[in-house]
Amino acid sequence: MIIYSLRRLASLCVTLVAASLFIFAVMEILPGDPAQLILGINAQEDTLAALREQLGLNLPLASRYWLWISGMLQGDFGISYTYSVPVTELISERLTISLPLALMALALSTLIALPLGILAASNHGRWPDVSLIGATQIGIAIPNFWFAMLLVLVFAVTLHWLPSGGFPGWEAGLWPAIKALLLPAIALALPQASILVRIMRSSMLEVLHEDYMRTARAKGLNLRQTLARHGLRNALIPVITIMGLQFSFLLAGTVIIENVFSLPGLGRLVFQAINQRDLITVKAVIMLLVATVILVNFLVDITYGLIDPRLHRRQGSQ
Amino acid sequence: MTKPHLFSTDAHKYRSFLAKGLHSPSFVIGGAITLFFVVLALVSFVWTPHDALSVNIAERLKPISTTYWLGTDHYGHDLFSMIMLGARNSIAVALVAVGIGACLGVPLGCWAAAKGGWLDEAIMRTGDFIFAFPAIISAIMITALAGPGAINAIVAIGIFNIPVFARLARGAALSLWTREFILAARLSGKGSVRITIEHILPNIANLLIVQGTIQFSLGILAEAGLSYVGLGTQPPMPSWGQMLSEAQTWLMMAPQLAIIPGMAIILTVLGLNLLGDGLRDMLDPKIRSSLDIGGSKAS
Repeated sequence: MIIYSLRRLASLCVTLVAASLFIFAVMEILPGDPAQLILGINAQEDTLAALREQLGLNLPLASRYWLWISGMLQGDFGISYTYSVPVTELISERLTISLPLALMALALSTLIALPLGILAASNHGRWPDVSLIGATQIGIAIPNFWFAMLLVLVFAVTLHWLPSGGFPGWEAGLWPAIKALLLPAIALALPQASILVRIMRSSMLEVLHEDYMRTARAKGLNLRQTLARHGLRNALIPVITIMGLQFSFLLAGTVIIENVFSLPGLGRLVFQAINQRDLITVKAVIMLLVATVILVNFLVDITYGLIDPRLHRRQGSQ
Repeated sequence: MTKPHLFSTDAHKYRSFLAKGLHSPSFVIGGAITLFFVVLALVSFVWTPHDALSVNIAERLKPISTTYWLGTDHYGHDLFSMIMLGARNSIAVALVAVGIGACLGVPLGCWAAAKGGWLDEAIMRTGDFIFAFPAIISAIMITALAGPGAINAIVAIGIFNIPVFARLARGAALSLWTREFILAARLSGKGSVRITIEHILPNIANLLIVQGTIQFSLGILAEAGLSYVGLGTQPPMPSWGQMLSEAQTWLMMAPQLAIIPGMAIILTVLGLNLLGDGLRDMLDPKIRSSLDIGGSKAS
């Protein structure tokens, strides 16, 4: 397990460095002169020179990359050109909304999908299975931001149960904050849950036909005990893979959903930064999002190893 | 030895494949829905019931009638005409993005399978790396540099499609490289490029077509999302995502402005997914298992 984890850790580091190089190249080298891009074509030469100095654009490329990457490793993402505050401050402020939102959506989709997937598989071919498959087919086709608008129409505008948008802040209390994040989280969770139900169902169906399940039943365990002790753990492997892959889409969905609900999270920050040509903030947020996706995939790989010891034994022996 | 590919040049095989399709409800329903929207998009090039781009405030927020089949929006635009133009844009963006993914991803995947070794490893690891950049992140980067536009959406979704097709083509091609008929082709002196073109590609074509429909449906969803946040198709040209974005302000007064484009997106995606399912059911079960169940979302 240690060799397997170390190998994955090395791969994680290489991917992170490659991602940072790619983002740096796209955001700092491709535009030619980032100062010109930020200030526009009508900017005066002395203003441009001052900004180049401020951004360190006069330094060689390698030094600029090193300064950026070493700064980030110490939690310094630079100073936002528009807000004139450290980008780290902006990001950490916005993360207190985006991160709980993504986690709530992940928890909701898992809580919905796993029992429904098991229900569908254990009723294979009967009406619960058929109706769930039909429902997930529609769930996958629904754009989350459209579903979010419907939720607003029903639960905020018509029933007045939940707020239609905005965020009161965590200082307003836990319940008002959670209430503000509930509709966005449900909207994000629906398509994720639809995919996970299908994966859980097919994975469970495969496991149900395995020899060890038959042996467990022959030893006298009932279906529920067999599923809990042997089935679930094995069926979860593909589900975790898809959950890992889906996390990046969840993050992307969060960026869009924040716009529906006017939530001042990372998504709103990056769109404001684009409008104001604040390349420093855009670059930092993109690096953070990409690093999160890479890190989650790494954690998924490690979790595989924990759930299925055969995997790291196989990889270790290679 | 007969080559075991499903799309044989034999006309009889085509007919039996289609006959099999007509017995599959998924294929028939999905195909009909997809065809409806494709026809709608194509017809929009020559005819729309009204001028979709002209503002007519006097006719704003009109209900469904024989004049305005789906009513009008807050600018007096005919919604049905907007849906037709939106279909054109959404389908065009998703189709070109699938084209980019397939045209670059399939040769890369086949190359990786044919050569193996470090080249295979390099291509596949680059693919994993691209997966860390969902379409929205690529679109944000492109927009920050070049401003918003439909091209951004095409490039962002297209880039994400490349590793999807590369991975699929590699996996399918790898399993074929060990088969006897490929070995026979190698013994007859054919090079890896010729074998790939003459034997591998015809045998993985079905698989690629099915994945193409899945990626096409995901492309429609991704385009809608990008246009919704202003990174995709720009006004005055309508797109379904952009129509939803505008409808949000009118949600209380005119919810139909949000419901109609939303239904258009759902029906198109559902149609494509059903078509993909139908095609998958008609394939060899061994090939079927290598397809991605959940698909690979781009947004």
